[in-house]
Amino acid sequence: MMDIDLSMVNWARAQFAFTAMYHWIFVPLTLGLSFLCAFFETIYVRTGDKEWRAITKFWMTLFGINFAIGVATGIILEFQFGTNWSNYSWIVGDIFGAPLAIEGIFAFFLEATFFAVMFFGWNRVSKKFHLFSTWMVAIGSNLSAVWILVANGWMQNPVGMAFNPETARFEMQSFFDVVFNPVAVSKFVHTSSSGFLFGSLFVLTISSWYLLRGKHLQMAKRSIIVASVFGLLSSSFVAFTGDESAYEVAQKQPMKLAAIEGLYKGETKAGLVAAGILRRDKQPGDGQDPFLIKIKIPFMLSLLANRSFSSFVPGIDDLVYGNEEQNIESTASKIAKGKKAINDLALFKQARKENDNQKAEVFLSKFTKNQEYMGYGYLNKPEEAVPPVAIPYYAFHIMVALGTLFPVLFAAFLFFSLKGSLTRQKWLLPIGLISGLLGLIAQESGWVVAEVGRQPWAINGLLPVKVATTNLTATNVQITFFMFFGLFTLLLAAEITIMLKQIAIGPEGGPSK
Amino acid sequence: MISNLDYTTLQQLWWIITSIVGALFLFLTFVQGGQTLLWQVAKTDLEKTLVVTSLGRKWEMPFTTLVLFGGALFAAFPLFYATSFGGAYWVWILILFSFIIQAVSYEYRKKPNNFLGATVYELFLFINGSVGILLIGAAVGTFYTGSNFTLDLYNKVTWDYTLLGINLRGLEAAFSLFNLSLGIFLVFNARVLGALYLLNSIDLSATPNLESRLRKNAWNSFLIALPFLLYVVISILFMKGFGVDEAGMVSLVSSKYLSNLLAMPHLLIMLLAGIVLVLYGVLATSFKASNKGIWFSGLGTVLVGLVVLCLPAFNGTAFYPSKLDLQSSLTIYNASSSMYTLTTMTYVAIGIPFVLAYVVYVWKLMDSKKLTKEEVTNEESY
Repeated sequence: MMDIDLSMVNWARAQFAFTAMYHWIFVPLTLGLSFLCAFFETIYVRTGDKEWRAITKFWMTLFGINFAIGVATGIILEFQFGTNWSNYSWIVGDIFGAPLAIEGIFAFFLEATFFAVMFFGWNRVSKKFHLFSTWMVAIGSNLSAVWILVANGWMQNPVGMAFNPETARFEMQSFFDVVFNPVAVSKFVHTSSSGFLFGSLFVLTISSWYLLRGKHLQMAKRSIIVASVFGLLSSSFVAFTGDESAYEVAQKQPMKLAAIEGLYKGETKAGLVAAGILRRDKQPGDGQDPFLIKIKIPFMLSLLANRSFSSFVPGIDDLVYGNEEQNIESTASKIAKGKKAINDLALFKQARKENDNQKAEVFLSKFTKNQEYMGYGYLNKPEEAVPPVAIPYYAFHIMVALGTLFPVLFAAFLFFSLKGSLTRQKWLLPIGLISGLLGLIAQESGWVVAEVGRQPWAINGLLPVKVATTNLTATNVQITFFMFFGLFTLLLAAEITIMLKQIAIGPEGGPSK
Repeated sequence: MISNLDYTTLQQLWWIITSIVGALFLFLTFVQGGQTLLWQVAKTDLEKTLVVTSLGRKWEMPFTTLVLFGGALFAAFPLFYATSFGGAYWVWILILFSFIIQAVSYEYRKKPNNFLGATVYELFLFINGSVGILLIGAAVGTFYTGSNFTLDLYNKVTWDYTLLGINLRGLEAAFSLFNLSLGIFLVFNARVLGALYLLNSIDLSATPNLESRLRKNAWNSFLIALPFLLYVVISILFMKGFGVDEAGMVSLVSSKYLSNLLAMPHLLIMLLAGIVLVLYGVLATSFKASNKGIWFSGLGTVLVGLVVLCLPAFNGTAFYPSKLDLQSSLTIYNASSSMYTLTTMTYVAIGIPFVLAYVVYVWKLMDSKKLTKEEVTNEESY
């Protein structure tokens, strides 16, 4: 078990990161645009205005193009846990498999069933049932986010389970603890609302394009009003839930919080880095100032992390080397205990195999003393417990900066729309045009913060990524990496050219001016 | 009531639930079968549009069912999920690949500026319907023929089958005559179902040639599928099986699956009823000009699928046997989740009938009128 092929781990990591980030281009758009389609269609059904029907159908066409590639890139993620991470699948499958199965039963069928009605049911079912179907697609998409984020939240904060030495795996003890895991809840509300935000930015981008080109003006203006209201509400909610998420990170994953803030030496009354450039050669424990330059907002990090201005926020050095004053155990001590636990577990398993139950009980009680540190036993040195700081640090700050910009942008679009002078705001429309791209950057940054910040753990504190893999040579994973890379890139190229063409064609039957 | 179920019952129940999902998937492969028929039965643009649109309204059903099949195995039998997906790596990767390319093809095939051209998307659909289904058959075949793995004390899988110095990681499943025959049977059975489904779904009055080609292909595909089915069934009856004794020791037992069939006569009845139903659906389509064959052959496929998946799992049998180390073989008892998780998932499964109910309701609602030439020319089509 200690014989680990690091290059295989890194290829498997790269494959997961690549496929997940690819999938994440399309998912938030599905989450947001599905609700926007439902809003547009609701207005059509209530007003009976044919222009709203054309608007609905136009956005639905783009939704469908995006949805297909979202489905295509999604199937590989579920099965990748088995193919590349089979040790993970076995060790935590008793807990992790359930939300994935539930996602299949309750979310995917809702989407799959009503998607067909949404696209082909205009003249086959009643107007009301069609509207109902559109809502069901939106609800189904977001339900699927619930369950996958329950699974992901559990990786960040494993609750509701216990390690069973007999089977040498983690087993579920409380389904409700897993589902109502505070990290899962804050993750879901933050992620789904960020999807709503992104869907709204997408509508803003394309509508701004039409306004700049002087095409489909009425459709663009109407779409912008709906998207701005939805975007303004969801971006405020994103900020609120982001704060909640950061609090959960501080409580459950202090190392991740220290990394995203570039905090090496823990502080009381800690300030929040608003912007700053990290020193590239900074290492844990070397005493250097981690920043070349920085702007700090005093007290704010303590407030964010612990809801108290004067609280102590541990830095990377405290977490790695320990801090007696603050009662923080060093990683070296955890590693030592973890190695004992791994050793005692092996002796216990061996004794059980030889049917020597007396000996087994002895090792079992020794194991139980240190079992919570078992994951640390796989680390080779304390510094291995630190994620690659610069990546989550910059990703976090990009995400927050963009997240601060979006509500202002939506407010400006809404304000000028209501005043009726939007088309004259030549400065605003180009910002609207690129806003979708900014939204995408914020989305991917969020993923990086959550997942790179979790390193080196697959299950926080319990199972390092490097022991979660399948016993497989790096060559196999390299080949599949390039297979997926090639295929996904081809499909993305197709998706973009099709999307651009549909945008150029515009709404069917709608007036072009 | 669910909280009173004992562990063994839960493990058996979950194998049955998973098998039902798998069997329903086999019925839904009419979509994949239809995809392989496209070039043979549809010669004009209109015929192609009718076929692709009709299949396109259902393509997400087998796809989603396959995903659920994987999810149910993960949740209920995580050791199987870890061993098979991680071990028989290449067979699963290629299956997945064939479904990824399917997922975009309906939506993108006819869209302007689609980058790859309609023919490539049609080829994607063909690969999904042929290679994808063939390999699924080969993977299921290993439930009977066994695989080449060992599990260590921590249940970590090591796969060992080398050909010319290369560890094939599961691809060798496709080199067994039995596995290959099961795969070919499934491909041609899917084609039979595809033809029957299209006859049922499309208003063929404007395209009489399409109708005659569909009827002919249903019959021809059936004639090709039949010898492979017979070979598989006869092999199952006479092959050695992987029996598990009361102490949990796995050994090769002569005519194990035959004795399983005799010990579980309901499976024998289901198998015979399934074959008769498939046959009736085909005969009614080819000789009585019926358009309802899909329901008979579809139900028949579900019954046969259930038998194929349950026969190697019950009556003291290892459903995922290892040829390399018999004692590493997986049974539904040593591969399952904990009792707590299975109990929880059983509560969750109460929702499945409701899901099935709305799927059936919407299906009936959407298919109450046949797909016409007018609809695909004037309205949405793929």
